[in-house]
Amino acid sequence: MSARVITITSGKGGVGKTTVTANLGVALAMRGQRVVTIDADIGLRNLDVMLGLENRIVYDLVDVVEGRCRLRQALVRDKRLQELYLLPAAQTRDKSALRAEDMVRVCNELRESFDFLLIDSPAGIEQGFRNAVAPADEVLIVTNPEVAAVRDADRVIGLIEAEGKGPARLIINRLKPELVRRGDMLDTSAVLELLAIDLIGIIPEDETVIVAANTGRPVAFTDNSLAGRAFHNIARRLMGEEVPFAPIKEPGFLGRIFRWMRSEGEEQR
Amino acid sequence: MKLLDRVLHRQEPPSGEIARERLRLVLAHDRANISPGLLEVLKDEIIAVISRHVPIDPDGVQVTYTEGPRVNRLVADIPLRTERRAQRR
Repeated sequence: MSARVITITSGKGGVGKTTVTANLGVALAMRGQRVVTIDADIGLRNLDVMLGLENRIVYDLVDVVEGRCRLRQALVRDKRLQELYLLPAAQTRDKSALRAEDMVRVCNELRESFDFLLIDSPAGIEQGFRNAVAPADEVLIVTNPEVAAVRDADRVIGLIEAEGKGPARLIINRLKPELVRRGDMLDTSAVLELLAIDLIGIIPEDETVIVAANTGRPVAFTDNSLAGRAFHNIARRLMGEEVPFAPIKEPGFLGRIFRWMRSEGEEQR
Repeated sequence: MKLLDRVLHRQEPPSGEIARERLRLVLAHDRANISPGLLEVLKDEIIAVISRHVPIDPDGVQVTYTEGPRVNRLVADIPLRTERRAQRR
């Protein structure tokens, strides 16, 4: 058994790469997969806080690469899920502390013992991004339905293809169905048409994600939030299941009346 | 308010539609690595070259980049002065 190495990247910062990585890690581990989430954002690590594991870090990725510890020693095990691990980034170094070959070597060493390695890429298209993409078998692009994020996603998609790592698949994060309905947000079909790429998930804007980041407990731990369910759907699709892209549900009765008044029955896809 | 606006008069397209159109253009230029500024430079040089040989209407010259299903094109539309006179006759 050899792990699939999946890199989560976006070009633009702040679109939700780390949130996606943390939640996919949780969702996959809850489905019985052995998962390592790897923070490749050297110097600006955050995957640890998203997962609530920041107090348990002893060694990091750069320590491993520079031989100060063994790979196993740097892995932080999530106590809530036995098969979820974090390989943290170094916080006091920068991207030059790592080369693409180092990432490939570390991932190859982990491949035998796990099912999924999820790499949280730094923003940008420089060395840090290249390091994160180098070991990838598959690439997931995270974008928001807005001009700047989609533009950067397009750039990254081109680079991924040039590296022979494509075709990447797209996660549209922070979609607001209400805005789409009003015509004030790019809808899913517009984004897909512009980027000419396959979709693997749509995450609706959801306040519980903010609460989750506050507490270090990703929304995917429960499936009683819209975002949590959306992450589990992506995890299922990654595991090969056919999960239809259901329209994102309305907040409630009043919302439906408002929708009717605006007389737009168009549903998201 | 929005509903009322829509009933009373057809206003400009919703901002999502504007975003889509802007992205269509931006992505086309990004992908080809041809900026709108470069198109201006090309236009000026084309005008210079052509008008050395044929009289043209420099204000009417248009150089555009278009993305097609198979081929992406630079299209230069160059109105000639002579042609217009010839047609009038």
